Amino acid sequence: MSALRRPLPGWVEIGLLPLANIALAFLVVGLIVEVIGVDPFHALRLLVMGAVGSSESIGYTLYYATNFIFTGLAVAVAFHAGLFNIGGEGQAYIGGLGCGLAVLALDRYLPGLLMIPLAILASAAFGAAWAAIPAWMQAWRGSHIVITTIMFNFVASALMVYLMVNVLIAPGSMTPQSRGFGASAAVPSMQAALQWVGIAVGPSALNLSLLLALLCCVGVWIFLWHTPWGYGLRTMGHNPEAALYAGTSLKRTTMLAMCLSGALAGGVAVNELLGVHHRLLLDFAAGYGFTGIAVALMGRGHPLGIVLAALLFGALQQGGAELAFEIPAITREMVVVIQGLVILFSGALVHLPRPWLQALFARRS
Amino acid sequence: MQELTADAAIELRGIDKSFGSVRAVRGVSVRIERGSITGIVGENGAGKSTLMSILYGLYRADAGAILVDGRPVEMTRPRDAIGHGIGMVHQHFMLVDSFTVLENLILGAEGGPLLAGGLAAARSELARLARDYGLAVDPDARVADLSVGEQQRVEILKVLLRGARILILDEPSAVLTPQETDRLLEILRVLRDRGVTVVLITHKLREILAVTEKVIVMRLGEVVAERRTAETTVEELAELMVGRKVRFDLDKAPIREGETLLAARHLSLVDGRGVRLLDDISLEVKAGEIVGIAGVSGNGQSELLQVLSGIRRPTGGEFEACGRRIDAAHPVDPAEMRDLGVAHVPEDRLRQGLVPAFLASETSILGYQDREPFCHNYLLDGPAVGKYCADLMERFDVRPRTPGLLSLNFSGGNQQKLILAREMARNPKVLLVGQPTRGVDIGAIEFIRRELVRSRDAGCAVLVVSVELEEILSLADRILVMFAGRIVGEVAAGQADERTLGLMMAGARAA
Amino acid sequence: MEETLTLVVATLAATLRVATPLILCAMGGLFSEKSGILDVGLEGKMLMAAFVAAATASVTGSAWAGVGAAILAAELLALLHGFACITHRGNQVVSGIAINILAMGLTVVLGAAWFGRGGQTPPLAGSERLNPIFFPVAGDNILVYGALLSVPFAWWLIERTRFGLRLRAVGEVPLAVDAAGISVSWLRYRAVLLCGLFAGLAGAYLSIAQNAGFSRDMTAGQGFIALAAIIFGRWRPFSALGACLAFGLLDAVAIRLQGVKLPGIGEVPVQLIQALPYLLTLFLLAGVIGRTVAPKAAGVPYEKEP
Repeated sequence: MSALRRPLPGWVEIGLLPLANIALAFLVVGLIVEVIGVDPFHALRLLVMGAVGSSESIGYTLYYATNFIFTGLAVAVAFHAGLFNIGGEGQAYIGGLGCGLAVLALDRYLPGLLMIPLAILASAAFGAAWAAIPAWMQAWRGSHIVITTIMFNFVASALMVYLMVNVLIAPGSMTPQSRGFGASAAVPSMQAALQWVGIAVGPSALNLSLLLALLCCVGVWIFLWHTPWGYGLRTMGHNPEAALYAGTSLKRTTMLAMCLSGALAGGVAVNELLGVHHRLLLDFAAGYGFTGIAVALMGRGHPLGIVLAALLFGALQQGGAELAFEIPAITREMVVVIQGLVILFSGALVHLPRPWLQALFARRS
Repeated sequence: MQELTADAAIELRGIDKSFGSVRAVRGVSVRIERGSITGIVGENGAGKSTLMSILYGLYRADAGAILVDGRPVEMTRPRDAIGHGIGMVHQHFMLVDSFTVLENLILGAEGGPLLAGGLAAARSELARLARDYGLAVDPDARVADLSVGEQQRVEILKVLLRGARILILDEPSAVLTPQETDRLLEILRVLRDRGVTVVLITHKLREILAVTEKVIVMRLGEVVAERRTAETTVEELAELMVGRKVRFDLDKAPIREGETLLAARHLSLVDGRGVRLLDDISLEVKAGEIVGIAGVSGNGQSELLQVLSGIRRPTGGEFEACGRRIDAAHPVDPAEMRDLGVAHVPEDRLRQGLVPAFLASETSILGYQDREPFCHNYLLDGPAVGKYCADLMERFDVRPRTPGLLSLNFSGGNQQKLILAREMARNPKVLLVGQPTRGVDIGAIEFIRRELVRSRDAGCAVLVVSVELEEILSLADRILVMFAGRIVGEVAAGQADERTLGLMMAGARAA
Repeated sequence: MEETLTLVVATLAATLRVATPLILCAMGGLFSEKSGILDVGLEGKMLMAAFVAAATASVTGSAWAGVGAAILAAELLALLHGFACITHRGNQVVSGIAINILAMGLTVVLGAAWFGRGGQTPPLAGSERLNPIFFPVAGDNILVYGALLSVPFAWWLIERTRFGLRLRAVGEVPLAVDAAGISVSWLRYRAVLLCGLFAGLAGAYLSIAQNAGFSRDMTAGQGFIALAAIIFGRWRPFSALGACLAFGLLDAVAIRLQGVKLPGIGEVPVQLIQALPYLLTLFLLAGVIGRTVAPKAAGVPYEKEP
């Protein structure tokens, strides 16, 4: 992924460097906030309180984090194979199509215990299929996967608009969305689930999809570091020549990595459609795909790091919303600005703090 | 015979260059006469390329002086060398494929912000050069459409266009067919006749004898001899090149041959450009013997290993390994080869043999990750892998004995031992080994070679490829020499002598 | 007869209207890509430029001040991208995406803070806009002509000048350029700055010529369509122009085709037409319609061998 610079001690690399990147991003944000006439520290306080100040806010933070975990894992799996999957948005979107189709067709006939797993599988399958095409183009035609996945995002968008407006729209509805899903297709909200075990929390969009996301984290960890296919995938990502030497098929591994990636992106649909909106609608995946890249980069491609990074971005999203609510001068888009800056500093300018960190820690050796 | 300094286009005095602990060039002093073709010969690692790179300004010498036309000069960058009229044609061309010949020629010396003038000037210059030196190339042809020989001519023209009067060519025939090589030598003669000084770096003695007036022999970073080409012979040069080597005495037990486990018949490999990388290779390796393949790198040895290990598919001929026949129509992949019992220690440790970012324990199962005992029910057994790695490290003395350490943190020798351990631990029937001790420290060298012999004693059929002749001599029971993609000679170890082998390696027929 | 003529002229005008920002953006992106710097941030630069142009025009009352400020803003983002990719050798795709997201957010944040209209700038009129020159109805303003002229200019710069030769070389074999003693970094920075210039003009066109002010996310993916046009035009200026015009035509025709049943096909969904530029580029990339040859060094940071 990045060039080999002089390595810093392990804990600095994994712990301090990402923090330094974020600190730089926040510095710039502070400047912008100052420019529009708001006290940055006041804004920061509001942001933090908004993210974790009450059980509702924590709920929303975790709900956003769930989506980021899915897309972060998706990007990470592809990254480990040396592939840059920018198509998370489109794959999540089409995954939603699969989910919606399964539910709309079968929610009257199947009980929840069967419907929900089926919908999850459909989500994963459709997301995987949408990723499989650019994967095939890369493996067999050499088409640059970055360009193709970007294009496929737009095609997915157009396709979904067409389908929603013309085919799947609920009869008599003014807005392009499907009819409501049946009760058997509803993933229980976290509030309801916790109530069941006697814990009372405020209402939020957080639902049990979070558990699915965490399960996926474990699954990805096992797959990448504890199976021979994950081993082959990581080998290809580091060193295609070594992968060839080991007898790994580069083409098949590319397909595997991208399909897994797309399937994981489909998890966003599970969270949004089965957990929150309970119907198929437009643009439910907006923004999560690109931010997933930042999450994967900040989390250094490891599920644990991804969870932490997802929590951070979830907090930013929720805190930013609250901030916008409290201070009229700051709009919701501030969150987008913060996201952009974090992506910039954690992804493109990753090694910027290195000289200072090297000066601090090189004294040891 | 003291020659006037004024006749020397180039003089190098006492050049020293080290890379870390490796002394690549030791106290070299040479004179290159103006208007002559001088050859510099030597094996891999002799220091010839490094010496010329210093002359061209790619490296800075640690000590010594460079004189051009009798005047001392500072060479810090290729620009300085170009300024002094020195041009270098590298092995890997620096041409832009999608440009025309003219565009490539003027890149960097366009003569103004608009191209029209520079192109016109280059065109007429090119015509002049074509007249004077017979270097004809279509100025408007796209470089991608040219043959390799023509591309090389463009590189030469580029250098001449910049006003070079001294031309250095580094292994120019490495990428050429024999016919193209003859044409190149013809061009060099014409250049010389027109007063250009040519330095030809090569390991191919035929070329030396064909065009040079003087030849300088280098070995292990030193100049061991200078001869007037007319006064020497191929045999003498070969012997000087290769020297009297001290053998690592390995006390090998007498050979106990078994059945043939690896046999190649008329194996050939032709690349996309039609170059014959492997040309009609036939060989046999029996159980219990070590066959060594000697030769200067770039003569097809790497490709042979790639084909025999299943990484590359042959285009013609066939080979048989442990009973399985493989040819172009019946290909095989490296995983299948492992199943058959063929293990492979690759030439390029860092790019093929291991993944530097992986842990040592992960490296110890590269290529075997889906087999027992590392993998049951599709899951890797971490503890089992760790134990396996620790075991390997113990048996093959890999230090430090830490399976959890990143592979890149091991020294070259220990990395190599780990890879060897991995490939040998499963008792393969056939063992393919490429450059077993390249970049490895002395202690590990001896260990590795002993292990190879041990494997051979246990009945394994071992094929070793090495550019170190001394290594082949100490390890092999039978020696094959490769040159230009073919096997040009076979000698039993007891009857091998450096002179004969040197001749074969340099492409001259054995007497 | 009269009717078809009016139809043709109207379609042509509509095509140019849509294609102009695409052309400008594509030319800018072309310079960057040719030099080996992948730029997916065209969208972000254009958006930021559009906002700054409208904001400046509104405050100063001068359209030209708006254009100047737009170029400045786009150049700042271009320099940021250049710094991340060239000096810092960072990931070019991530940098481009970051710039897009940053622009998306910052334009609205600043717009809302300064103008309080939820991200929009006040509507522009008169001298605050670039007005048509010859044909009031057709909406030809100076930037439309500028866009058309930019294509032969780009072609001339790339094919006929020393800078262009070196630019093309550095996108294919940076090592050869370095070996010839030319600075790879400086070449690439100039390419990136040229990109910023054209992206800035494209953005300015959007908010003060094509429309009368900035509204949030007004670029709506046109930066990516420009990227598609570059690829479709095989990294050649005139071919990219053709692609831009084709895409512009598609857009102009899309509205008219809504509800119209074509013989044998039925009703063509407007979304299909909207997706057509992307689909066509994908087919091209898959090798179905010919081969594409991107600049060889595109996307790879240049590291000197020690």
